[in-house]
Amino acid sequence: MVVDLDRQSAEEIDRVFHALADATRRDIVQRVLDGEWSVSALAREYPMSFAAVQKHVAVLERAELVTKERRGREQLVHPNLATVRRAARVLEGLEALWRERIVRFQSVLDDDL
Amino acid sequence: MTVTDVRKDPHNLTLTMTTEFGASVEQVWELWADPRKLERWWGPPTYPASVDHHDLSPGGRVTYVMTGPEGDQHRGWWTIVAVERPTSLEFVDGFADADGTPNLDMPTTSAVVTIRALAVGRTQMEVTSTFGSIEQMEQLIAMGMLEGLTAAANQIDAILANQP
Repeated sequence: MVVDLDRQSAEEIDRVFHALADATRRDIVQRVLDGEWSVSALAREYPMSFAAVQKHVAVLERAELVTKERRGREQLVHPNLATVRRAARVLEGLEALWRERIVRFQSVLDDDL
Repeated sequence: MTVTDVRKDPHNLTLTMTTEFGASVEQVWELWADPRKLERWWGPPTYPASVDHHDLSPGGRVTYVMTGPEGDQHRGWWTIVAVERPTSLEFVDGFADADGTPNLDMPTTSAVVTIRALAVGRTQMEVTSTFGSIEQMEQLIAMGMLEGLTAAANQIDAILANQP
């Protein structure tokens, strides 16, 4: 999928890539896109220590993919939709996916004619 | 130019892509109806698809697995809503768990494919892809983005690994 990241600096892109190169961190982003999660609730979802999950959240925070908010004794994790959206460009992503499929579709047709 | 028109409707969460091919309606239909042909174009070259079940009848299922560069496998399924061979196909497309069970927590999209003859050997195909909700769309695109970025990150890692 082609993603237009030209407005982000190389360093920002590097941080986003690094943050998303890990399956647990991708899973955290998907969960918080779906609803409110505290760090301790997230920690219960993975076979790793609270500190390890907290580190993953910190990496996502530095990449500006999530923000953290303290509420009482809880730390709530929210998606940073601006970053997620900017990198995603919703329907453009789907268009790129289908354009690539159509190019391959044409070449399969050409092979068989 | 294969793609002749693209319409994006953010309000209805729909993408419509119109394409034209120098082939007959039957030949275009075969790329959906023949699993060996379908798997040659459905997944990206870096994630080749392999279709293990293919039943294009109403209520029927298509299941496939895409294998990534590191042997990572991603399973997907279609449920056929309506079919009128060789001119139309409607299905829901979703993700599956490692054992092939549809994962209904993951977003799904609906696709409607319409194929019609423009002239002899000239065929138009229209694909309309619709998301269930904005949240689903954002989730799905975020995941697409995640995959894309991960692939890019892996490439960068490979380049870095080859440096002295």
